[in-house]
Amino acid sequence: MLIYEMGSKGRSAKAQYRKSGAITDIPTAHLRSEPAGLPEVSELQVVRHYTNLSKKNFSIDGEFYPLGSCTMKYNPRGVHKAASIPGFLNRHPLAPEAQSQGFMHCLYELQEYLKDVTGMQAISLTPMAGAQGEFAGVAMIRAYHEKNKDVQRCEILIPSTAHGTNPATAVMCGYRVREIAVTDEGDVDLAELKAAVGPQTAGLMMTNPSTCGVFERQIKEIAAVVHEAGGLLYYDGANLNAILGKVKPGDMGFDVLHMNLHKTFATPHGGGGPGSGPVGVGSRLAPFIPTPIVGKRDEDGSDFYFWCNEEDIPDTIGNLSAFMGNAGILLRAYAYARLLGREGMHRVGEYATLNANYMARRMEDAGFKLAYPRRRATHEFIITLSNEAKELGVNAMDFAKRILDYGYHAPTTYFPLLIPECWLIEPTETESREEIDGFVDAMKRILDEAHHSPETVTGAPFTMPVRRLDDVKAARELDLVLAK
Amino acid sequence: MPFVPHTIEDERIMLDAIGVKSIEELFDEIPNDLRAGELEQTPTSISEMELLRLMNERARSDEVSLSFLGAGAYEHHIPGAVWDLVSRGEFLTAYTPYQAEASQGTLQLIYEFQTMISRLTGMDLANASVYDGASALAEAILMAVRANRKSKSKKVLCAGNVHPRYISACRVIVGPQNIEIEIAGWDQVTGKLDTTALPSGEDYAALVIPYPNFFGGLEDVDTLTDWAHKEGALVIGVVNPMALGLLTPPGSWGESGADIVVGEGQPLGIPVSSGGPYLGFMCCKQAVIRQMPGRIIGRTIDLDGKEGFTLTLQAREQHIRRAKATSNICTNQGLLVTAAVIYMSLMGDEGLHEVAKQSHRGLMSLLDRVIGIQGVELRFPGPYFHEAAVKLPIPAKEVVTALAKQDVLGGFDLGEMDTSLGDCLLVNVTETKTDSDIDHFISSLTLALEA
Repeated sequence: MLIYEMGSKGRSAKAQYRKSGAITDIPTAHLRSEPAGLPEVSELQVVRHYTNLSKKNFSIDGEFYPLGSCTMKYNPRGVHKAASIPGFLNRHPLAPEAQSQGFMHCLYELQEYLKDVTGMQAISLTPMAGAQGEFAGVAMIRAYHEKNKDVQRCEILIPSTAHGTNPATAVMCGYRVREIAVTDEGDVDLAELKAAVGPQTAGLMMTNPSTCGVFERQIKEIAAVVHEAGGLLYYDGANLNAILGKVKPGDMGFDVLHMNLHKTFATPHGGGGPGSGPVGVGSRLAPFIPTPIVGKRDEDGSDFYFWCNEEDIPDTIGNLSAFMGNAGILLRAYAYARLLGREGMHRVGEYATLNANYMARRMEDAGFKLAYPRRRATHEFIITLSNEAKELGVNAMDFAKRILDYGYHAPTTYFPLLIPECWLIEPTETESREEIDGFVDAMKRILDEAHHSPETVTGAPFTMPVRRLDDVKAARELDLVLAK
Repeated sequence: MPFVPHTIEDERIMLDAIGVKSIEELFDEIPNDLRAGELEQTPTSISEMELLRLMNERARSDEVSLSFLGAGAYEHHIPGAVWDLVSRGEFLTAYTPYQAEASQGTLQLIYEFQTMISRLTGMDLANASVYDGASALAEAILMAVRANRKSKSKKVLCAGNVHPRYISACRVIVGPQNIEIEIAGWDQVTGKLDTTALPSGEDYAALVIPYPNFFGGLEDVDTLTDWAHKEGALVIGVVNPMALGLLTPPGSWGESGADIVVGEGQPLGIPVSSGGPYLGFMCCKQAVIRQMPGRIIGRTIDLDGKEGFTLTLQAREQHIRRAKATSNICTNQGLLVTAAVIYMSLMGDEGLHEVAKQSHRGLMSLLDRVIGIQGVELRFPGPYFHEAAVKLPIPAKEVVTALAKQDVLGGFDLGEMDTSLGDCLLVNVTETKTDSDIDHFISSLTLALEA
């Protein structure tokens, strides 16, 4: 039931405002002639409606959510609380520096920690999500080549398994995209890369560990090939959780990267956002970093934090948001980093990797086929359900829908596109062995159903608020807003 | 360690199952010389209690008792129910609703949001939101260039009194695609666009009209809209959604209304919180929906014919179209959409109308008093919504600092936008300000100017 369907003319949440007379000093031409048509409901109706809607969601707080490449780990409640302290919520983005030292102190320290874990020289916290971080990174690569008058560089190389944001970003930055194949073992095809680089190469975007759930072993050689051709290396930090505290992207030869704080630094995903995608740069790209960033100087013997803007960073690509990006998310990432500390950060990568390898082995033992059985899993791994699809007529989507009935969120399906009928599974370090075992047991049962009563799987889900939805109808007969 | 549940026993069982002796062994594919050493710049772990003490101290040091600072982020009353509901784990810790059957809560509330924000702006359709107002405008410019069938131009005319940080962000975001943003200067006397001095015969893909403009003034939106359409340009409105509780929605501007409408959703139940997370909303006419970037939710039916909600028109998006997508955007500001939809439901038409009216009335009351101070006048004539430029006898920068010392954020120094406005303070009033707050502002300003 829509909120609109429970309203009644003249009803409203009257505690939320007081009534007043008409406005007489604004010309009528500027005044709204009729009400917009918002719901007319009581406060209790609103509270009950949205409480009930919330119950129709899977969430980390409610269910194991092993969505590959999304790092759905526990979002600590204390962190949410710390970032929701009134002094932070009420701080105006344009408040003077002298009245912002508490907030800026947190951000400055977060910049330092992120430099430390990535091995980069400077960090800008402003990009509002991973995709905007990617944009900032590739825009910096472009600015670098332009500054060097190296303007024939018109092409970005991207492994074929990359996230869709990579090619979309390259195009937004005015580049052509050239895809590089990936071998059967999940590595970049080095021979093809060597043949592809040249004076037209602006850079290479890649994720490591890759979206195949394996570590790219030839990374140093890849970096050398791209750098020798005059290109720069972009690190998509989507999978940083796998190597947090174990490997620094800066040491792998990357010139620029973004991090997804909503993944690696446990900030809540919020039903699809907000994210936060800070960028880090090495020496080549430091002059182009997006503004603002937080600087520190000594003032009368104590630290004073200040904004570095266009005057301080003259070659900056500029600002990406009206203010300082998703500041509240940055505070959460900061709080999380303080709770983990350096010892905790090392263990993120370790236990994320332990869980994924354990789960991969258990899934294999349960009769599922790993996409890369000869490789170590990183923080995630891929299974392919192509045999089940072929022999039983039960595909990856069917399994995904059925696992919902068992109370688990489905892993990422049909990505990377390279692997048929695949699932990309990422348990994260915050899940217990019992939870992983429970998931594997459910999968065993579903496999059994697929053999003996396939319609139980192909018709699933049965216990959700709705059954499978008609996506074709949704796209053909567009109903995007309630008609008046 | 925090948040890792493994006991020593668990770890042993798991390593045995994998067939390795240690966790270290799981990293054996990574070349040794790439292995990181200690994290030297990161401090050691603290407890939640210590964290809260630290964060409380820092937050407290940033508190101010009274603020008249707006300039794109506005302090409104937020009903208690809004963030109590938003903070439910089922909203807070869900992700993108790719598995529609397990995400009907998020999906339905976005559909409700699309409905409410379309109605508020008077437009046909909306998406599920983008990052913020500035990036929404950048996406609208890209969208207009793609969608305009009458013009192949990659040039957009933008009012010079759009929020300056929006304009600079737009240049960063659309620049690499060789899209040019040409500025239509504002009139020095009125602070608004001079509708008699618009360029003619130029080929623009779109005209960007702010409402209210950055100075809080109300543009002649009807004339501007009709001019743009006559010139073959699409109209992009960049609006404050709160203002639309009172003012003409962009769908009704001129003869045929704006084509794309964007804005900052922060006033709808979202705290100013240092600039984010907020939400950028995007609405449009039916004709251009296929050029809309970002996530869109549609209503459909399930196998049993029951109503349900799902992601739709995904063929525009990066995860399907990759290099040919309308944008690289991947997230929406889902949690903030949740706040906005609850806020709009609670306030309804009447509540939004009252908040808008009372904000306007508060501003007018402040302006009446402020011109009584020696040497202070209004820089531009009205009509205003809830913000106006006040001209001072000394640089605004000095006044801002002096007021801050009295624990008052007095407004935005317009000299930061335009050096010719260095003696102007942009002052905002919302329904949260009482008569005594305004008294306090006037006496603080008087004191600051006397000093």
